[in-house]
Amino acid sequence: MHLRQLLLAGFTVVLAIALLGADGDRARFQDLGHHRLICPCGCTQILLECNHVGCQYSDKMINQLADRVQKDSSDDSVLQSFVQEYGNTVLAAPTHQGFDRVAWIMPFAVFFVGSFTAAAVIRNWKARSPAMLDSHPASPDLDPYREQARKETEL
Amino acid sequence: MPQFGSFALLFALVLSAYTLFAGSLALRRQAVGIESDRLGETARRAGIAIWVAVAGAAFVLVWAAFTNDFSVAYILHHSNRDLPTPYKFAALWSGQEGSLLFWALLLSTYGLVLRLRHKVDVKLVAYASTILAAVQFFFLLLLNFAATPFSLVQGQIPADGNGLNPLLQYPEMVIHPPMLYLGYVGFAVPFAFALGALIMKYPGEKWIHITRRWTMVTWCFLTCGIFLGAHWAYSVLGWGGYWGWDPVENASLLPWLTGTAFLHSVMMQEKRGMLKTWNVWLIFATFMLSILGTFLTRSGVVSSVHAFAQSSIGEWFIWFLGITFVVCLFFYVRNREHLRSEHRLESLISRESSFLFQNLVLLASCFAVLWGTLFPVLSEWIQGHKVTVGPPFFNRVNVPIAMFLLLLTAVGPLLAWRSTSWASLRRNFTIPAIAAIATALLLLSLGVRPWEDAAHLYALMAMSLAALVIATVISEFVRGGRVISRHTGQNLLSSIGTLTRRNTRRYGGYIVHMGIVVIVIGLAGAAFNQEKEQEMGFRDQMKIGAYTLVCQNYTQEDNPNYSSEYAILDVYKNGKMLGQMFPERRFFKASQQASTIVANHSTLREDLYLIYAGKNLDTDKPIIKAFVNPLVAWIWIGIFVLIFGTIVALIPPMTAAAVPQLQRVRPVSIPVPVHSEPIEAGD
Repeated sequence: MHLRQLLLAGFTVVLAIALLGADGDRARFQDLGHHRLICPCGCTQILLECNHVGCQYSDKMINQLADRVQKDSSDDSVLQSFVQEYGNTVLAAPTHQGFDRVAWIMPFAVFFVGSFTAAAVIRNWKARSPAMLDSHPASPDLDPYREQARKETEL
Repeated sequence: MPQFGSFALLFALVLSAYTLFAGSLALRRQAVGIESDRLGETARRAGIAIWVAVAGAAFVLVWAAFTNDFSVAYILHHSNRDLPTPYKFAALWSGQEGSLLFWALLLSTYGLVLRLRHKVDVKLVAYASTILAAVQFFFLLLLNFAATPFSLVQGQIPADGNGLNPLLQYPEMVIHPPMLYLGYVGFAVPFAFALGALIMKYPGEKWIHITRRWTMVTWCFLTCGIFLGAHWAYSVLGWGGYWGWDPVENASLLPWLTGTAFLHSVMMQEKRGMLKTWNVWLIFATFMLSILGTFLTRSGVVSSVHAFAQSSIGEWFIWFLGITFVVCLFFYVRNREHLRSEHRLESLISRESSFLFQNLVLLASCFAVLWGTLFPVLSEWIQGHKVTVGPPFFNRVNVPIAMFLLLLTAVGPLLAWRSTSWASLRRNFTIPAIAAIATALLLLSLGVRPWEDAAHLYALMAMSLAALVIATVISEFVRGGRVISRHTGQNLLSSIGTLTRRNTRRYGGYIVHMGIVVIVIGLAGAAFNQEKEQEMGFRDQMKIGAYTLVCQNYTQEDNPNYSSEYAILDVYKNGKMLGQMFPERRFFKASQQASTIVANHSTLREDLYLIYAGKNLDTDKPIIKAFVNPLVAWIWIGIFVLIFGTIVALIPPMTAAAVPQLQRVRPVSIPVPVHSEPIEAGD
């Protein structure tokens, strides 16, 4: 019982940390250029990773980013200035506001709902009477295949 | 010749229609007790003949590339006279029409093998062949009416072609698409068997048993295709990475995730008669995701650097997808009683539960990838403007899910079927847990700072969990080996060999897990990447990590296919000369496009990765971008381990008769508490 609680607590902590993430304090320029902005030339690459030959945007934007990071202390306002100039698609990921928030919530919501549903189904199965299953006995025709599967998957 | 190609495709369409119609009619007549063996046989033979016709068409297209027949529009747009020979062959799959023809060729090849091996189960193969003929009919319709590869150039025929996209002129591009397509297309076979088995209410274990090797081979092809693509991106695209979460990359990952889930969950059906509905829908979903991926990349719905130009064939795929879903749903609703589970899950702490949760995690990951890929479309529809869903989203959502999956990969083998006690779990978990904690402490002592950087945190978690999985797998091999050693007198290594040969599927699977873990270790190295960009004139130096680069020269070359600029750099590590590297940029004359040729010095510890990023027009000096990417080589090593594990799992297990020394001692219960059922040597 003790181990179960320990494991559960450990998993919860690990999962919580992982989901929350841990924002580092790398240089803002690197963070914004590597994680927050995308090159709008159509190459769909992260701004600081754009190597599109003859790109009309990336060099200019990288200079703008360096300049704006120096002048503006807020990452949000730097990003906003890029959005105003290049449109929403310049942001590398959806924001955490409005409908964009759904993008972040949905995968985890589906995961947790799926997990809880699976757990509930297992509990339900456990609670079911064995008699219910006896009404659908396993076909003896399948025994050779089960035997082979057992041999192939077990010691 | 182009006319012959067109005729071959039209003939293949007629043959597929006959296979579908005659096959369906024969099965229908047989179902009501009318003898139709000869009609069914004609359908099978027509199915075989499809391959001849499609192979003929593919040959014509390749021949046109080799003979520089620029009267064929496709060859004009994807080849030129000076294109090296291997790439002329690759022209077959470098454009929309050619790649669809290649898809049809692979599908007909799978169909050929399936129809030639019909004696494995005549009736089930007849169903599968008919369903496969329906899929072939769709692709041949496309090739004949929507994306014809043999369209002729109108008016004056140009003297030379436009050439192959420079990004595709790389050796791996000759094998990456075939591998990927073998994976995509291959899932059509287990899909056809699953649907056929559902229609005829066939015992679940039988179709799974017949298709198990198909599925594993297909999965292995898809895996190789994905990683060859990653290696191509790393070596050619020159942005220092191997996976960019581009919609086309995502499209290949979706069926891989559901296919992986399927490979695991079928074991529950085989062993315990459970999850029948789940498995049928998993393979349906895998096939439909292959089609969806093709739709995404060819419809222009999502923007991608890899995607083919926007065209009307996207609608064809939507219709095909819709019809496939309706057919699957119809037969599921009609025959769902046949899929009822024969056993129940008895405990949350059991092998069955771990498979179930592992399946859930894989599907959650699949959903997250699909959701992120389609969210820009959804956003435009609801908000009226597109948003970008790029790597930061996918990494943040999928990395935690992947961590959970790794944890389950470690825990799963420690759980017994039906039920496991906490005491036995604790006993078997102790050593792997110590290995994981020791790894974490070692990494912290080496300077990993998870509290400062999310990337470090994920790398720490990934490597610790990788240690957990490795320790678990090794302990499984050692535990089983010891049992055999004890009863046969063999040494431990020989016993492990015997154990693996007797249980190829299980232990091959563990080797695949090891491969995945090695790949994860390689991926985790990305947290410690370093990069630097600098203009480098003669004798200029750049320092990055332990490396010093000294520019010795920068020069130009010219040949009929391309002209190139490259730098010659002396590379020193900790003051010791390693050699010279030559990052290059090529300008392809026919296509008038430029491409980078990366210089990479790869070791097990790290890659020194150099890109010729361009030239400063004012100073005429090259701009060199340098990356130090730790542990990347392990990603490619992991793939080889994974392929080896798949091959081991595909080998038929050695029977008890082939291991006479083990028969002497059966039955002997092994006192391994983790297994709730006694395990007998010699089984």
